Amino acid sequence: MTTVEAAPYTVEEVCERFDPVMGLEVHVELNTATKMFCGCRNEFGAEPNTNICPVCLGLPGALPRVNARAVESAVTIGLALNCSVRERSGFARKNYFYPDMPKNFQISQYEDPIVFDGYLDVPLDDGSTWRVEIERAHMEEDTGKSLHMGGATGRIHGADYSLLDYNRAGVPLIEIVTRPIVGAGTRAPEVARAYVSALRDVVKGLGVSDVRMDQGSMRCDANVSLMPKGSSTFGTRTETKNVNSLRSVERAVRYEMGRQAGVLLSGGTVRQETRHFDEQSGTTSPGRAKETLADYRYFPEPDLVPIEPSAEWVEGLRKELPERPWERRARIQSDWGLSDEELRDLVNADALDLVAATVDAGASSESARSWWVSYLAQQANTQGVALTELAITPEQVARVIALVSEGTLTNKLARQVVDGVLAGEGSPDDVVAGRGLAVVSDDSALTAAVDEALAAQPAVAEKIRAGKTKAAGAIVGAVMKATRGQADAARVNELVLERVGASS
Amino acid sequence: MSDITRSDVAHLARLARLAVTDDELDVFSGQLDAILDTVGRVSEIDDDVPPTSHVAPLTNVLRADEPEPSLDREAVLAGAPAAEEGRFRVPRILGEEP
Amino acid sequence: MSSADNGPGAEDLTRLDAAELARRVQAREVSSVEVTRAHLERIEAVERTGLNAFLHVAADAALAAAAAVDDEIAAGTVRGPLAGVPVAIKDNMITRDMPTTCASRILDGWRPPYDATVVRRLREAGLVPLGKTNLDEFAMGGSNENSAYGAVRNPWDPARVPGGSSGGSAAATAVGETPLALGSDTGGSIRQPGAFTGTVGVKPTYGTVSRYGLVAFSSSLDQIGPFGRTVLDAAMLHEVVGGHDPCDQTSIDAPLPPVVEAALAGARGDLAGVRVGVVNELSGEGFQTGVLSAFTDAVRVLTELGAEVVEVSCPSFTLGLPAYYLIAPSEASSNLARFDAMRYGLRVGDDGSRSTDEVMSATREAGFGAEVKRRIMIGTHALSAGSYDALYGKAQKVRTLVVRDFSAAFERCDVLVSPTVPTTAFPIGDRVDDPVSMYLADLCTIPANLAGIAGLSVPCGLAAEDGMPVGLQVMTPALADDRAYRVGAAYELARDTASGVPFASTVPDPAALQGAS
Ligand SMILES: [Mg+2]
Ligand SMILES: [Zn+2]
Repeated sequence: MTTVEAAPYTVEEVCERFDPVMGLEVHVELNTATKMFCGCRNEFGAEPNTNICPVCLGLPGALPRVNARAVESAVTIGLALNCSVRERSGFARKNYFYPDMPKNFQISQYEDPIVFDGYLDVPLDDGSTWRVEIERAHMEEDTGKSLHMGGATGRIHGADYSLLDYNRAGVPLIEIVTRPIVGAGTRAPEVARAYVSALRDVVKGLGVSDVRMDQGSMRCDANVSLMPKGSSTFGTRTETKNVNSLRSVERAVRYEMGRQAGVLLSGGTVRQETRHFDEQSGTTSPGRAKETLADYRYFPEPDLVPIEPSAEWVEGLRKELPERPWERRARIQSDWGLSDEELRDLVNADALDLVAATVDAGASSESARSWWVSYLAQQANTQGVALTELAITPEQVARVIALVSEGTLTNKLARQVVDGVLAGEGSPDDVVAGRGLAVVSDDSALTAAVDEALAAQPAVAEKIRAGKTKAAGAIVGAVMKATRGQADAARVNELVLERVGASS
Repeated sequence: MSDITRSDVAHLARLARLAVTDDELDVFSGQLDAILDTVGRVSEIDDDVPPTSHVAPLTNVLRADEPEPSLDREAVLAGAPAAEEGRFRVPRILGEEP
Repeated sequence: MSSADNGPGAEDLTRLDAAELARRVQAREVSSVEVTRAHLERIEAVERTGLNAFLHVAADAALAAAAAVDDEIAAGTVRGPLAGVPVAIKDNMITRDMPTTCASRILDGWRPPYDATVVRRLREAGLVPLGKTNLDEFAMGGSNENSAYGAVRNPWDPARVPGGSSGGSAAATAVGETPLALGSDTGGSIRQPGAFTGTVGVKPTYGTVSRYGLVAFSSSLDQIGPFGRTVLDAAMLHEVVGGHDPCDQTSIDAPLPPVVEAALAGARGDLAGVRVGVVNELSGEGFQTGVLSAFTDAVRVLTELGAEVVEVSCPSFTLGLPAYYLIAPSEASSNLARFDAMRYGLRVGDDGSRSTDEVMSATREAGFGAEVKRRIMIGTHALSAGSYDALYGKAQKVRTLVVRDFSAAFERCDVLVSPTVPTTAFPIGDRVDDPVSMYLADLCTIPANLAGIAGLSVPCGLAAEDGMPVGLQVMTPALADDRAYRVGAAYELARDTASGVPFASTVPDPAALQGAS
């Protein structure tokens, strides 16, 4: 059965009649060495079913054992999201049958998540911030992965059978749940994207997860509903599952807003259901209808005892928190004297960390910024890679800048040095030596070249002597050509004027 | 007190993945009803009492994040009802994950 | 050749207790291989009579393990106090070299890839595993009639049940198929069959014997414990398997109570200064007359040994049974969800047309017996959103009250006593269609599981009306298991001194009976 859905409205049209409400659930896979409840390795891309043991395979008799580092990471994430840490929290079993879950229950947390009641101030494109309130973040275990065989599509529907790999089963997950995000209006899709992006940055900065949406180590489910303008009663929501890129988060929310408005404005009702986002078309399609709310029969996990983080331990973790990305940005903006726009350009170009590292390696912020956002950005663009993937390190860029400021290189030469580094010719100093690129700063050599050029162009020399100092450009040009650009043009200019006896 | 019908039993059986027979629906509805009448007596007690889920006075029992050996895949798959390409083979999955 | 053919001159090794066998093996008066062979022969002879205590006998592996122990002893190494002594293992504990079925069709033929912690400890201590014993399917039952592989018979009367769920371990120990056995006790599953078969059975304090590798029935209640024909034997096995295990995060990181020392101290026959509480709620109406008189007699003996006996009241115990029959099925409904035909065990109906859900449902329907299905459905109901507060939630509150009652009672007493079971072993088939009456057999044993404390059952004679064994239950505070051993050993000595014959030697011999007929 196919349902033809009403053509989506634009968010502007939607917001003339409705206020959107969003709830975002983000699952972050921790990068611990081992799984949440057993000593199997937590690694992406291993041979199927090679990281399995009685515990994560749910064999009869096996018992879970909590990974201390996962608990620490959960608390760290909570602190970074301004959450409170629960004095006593525990695990619970969430019961449902599904073949990718070996025990047919997931060990999770229910009434007493380890951290709760926080917020994240999310930077938006226009430089303003949006505070997203965090309801809770809790620990749980991931499921295995299934491969659907037979049938035409390789998808779950129409498959003949499935093959299961339990390497991922039991990998530690932190599920971060927002409170309903209300009042964003037409900016709702942007807020959703910006939130997931900011969350990714924060978690990445903590070093507790790879937060790779493309590899599934960060996954987002987006709940969207509409309420008539002026109402404060939430409408029926849909949950769009596993939206796997920042762009998709924004598109999925936008599409759902438009689609739901279409349903409502044509007199229909929105069904509470799970939906799937299709990257190709940018649309969502219905999954399983949630006619009856799933009854997970939660109860306290009898095999695990409560966790009571001591205040000292929590404070210790709080002290070790890295500077939050937005605080760091504010500090950098004032240290470097950047305008809001300059800072935003830097962030949008994904160059902030690179520039900062270049500055840390001794460069001035102006030159570091200028290199990364112009010449290096162009090279990345030409090569079709991300700025961060260019084959040059911030330290190497800082070295190039130093060579320029000490006069060894001109800007033009410096670009050639960078080209050499990018081409794999070694460090900046290697390239300078290898290509013989150092500036000719020996005055006697330059003087000879100047004299030669003046002799070759007596008419120009005469003009200069007559006070038309601008004519010196032609002589400088000739000298630069003769030295293959390895002379300092300013110094050459001085020498020209000196030799013709003109005073500058 | 409790009143477990055939359709209640059918619902519970479906939740618990038990393909109970028609005869069982009759037998079980009677038995579950009798059992629930007996165990339902717990509702007599005061609501103010806190629940006990764990009797041993333990907290913060944690494991160091250090890898331990995993099982041999071939040995595990040999004990599986069906396996293919290093994976457990299972019948087609109809519903999505709830 | 069966041991019954040895004639009156040869000593029957299968009638010796474990402590004595260990002494002789370690003194090289007899080899572990000889001891093991005698028990294997005894198993063969007794199982032929239809006792059905064993689901799997590992004769070759046992003889090999025994030979290895003999070699070590010859070389001067003794792994532990019970080195060389045979032991039987309830078939809900995971064994790497033997099938583990939990007496269920759903695990038919499954060979686990690992050992339970207790099994590993048995091996490390040089005990010789003889095989796996029968039980109620997944330990759910009090009669052993729920085994998919047939009921176990009671050696005292083959028409009666041996109790359950550890009926196979109890019967095998009683009848000399093994001197020692492991059982598991969730609501009385060691103590109740101990009482029904005239053996000593102990449920240790929750968290003192690792559950790693025990196929979970009700995780917050399950505890592994020993069976022996004497209190000392049980204590010796207890010390082998007990103690902290990092693989079980509910395992208490504290020294095991000194149970062997306590059993030895008790056997000096003095209970002066020990305060014994008789729990009012665990005797009286509904209890079999012969059980009550045997119990009263036992309490009198304790007084004679110098104990100070008082009556205590634990009013919430009357709600223990309903609370237990909510908590245990609830946890079971979750624990048993993993038996789904996907990764191990039985798979039914996978003809290419059925979905996972259908195959799961068909397999679980075919693979589980009626009692298991009943409990799974009760548990599913008790945990569901609409019933949780009124059923599971209330049951957990009852648990708090039971804990409080015990705490109050233990302020006044060192140990509490009661009959282990309100009746003696009942005839096979009597209660199978009436689950509620079946559940009553756990009345006296359940409170200890709900509170996580220790309980021991020691035989206290026979009921006059049916000649079946009666058990005396001794309960102690958590981590004071040693007190139960002390009281049990003192009582045991007085009992045998009074009758002039070791109680354990009075069990009828099914093999001899069959030989005679
Ligand atoms: Mg979750
Ligand atoms: Zn594992």
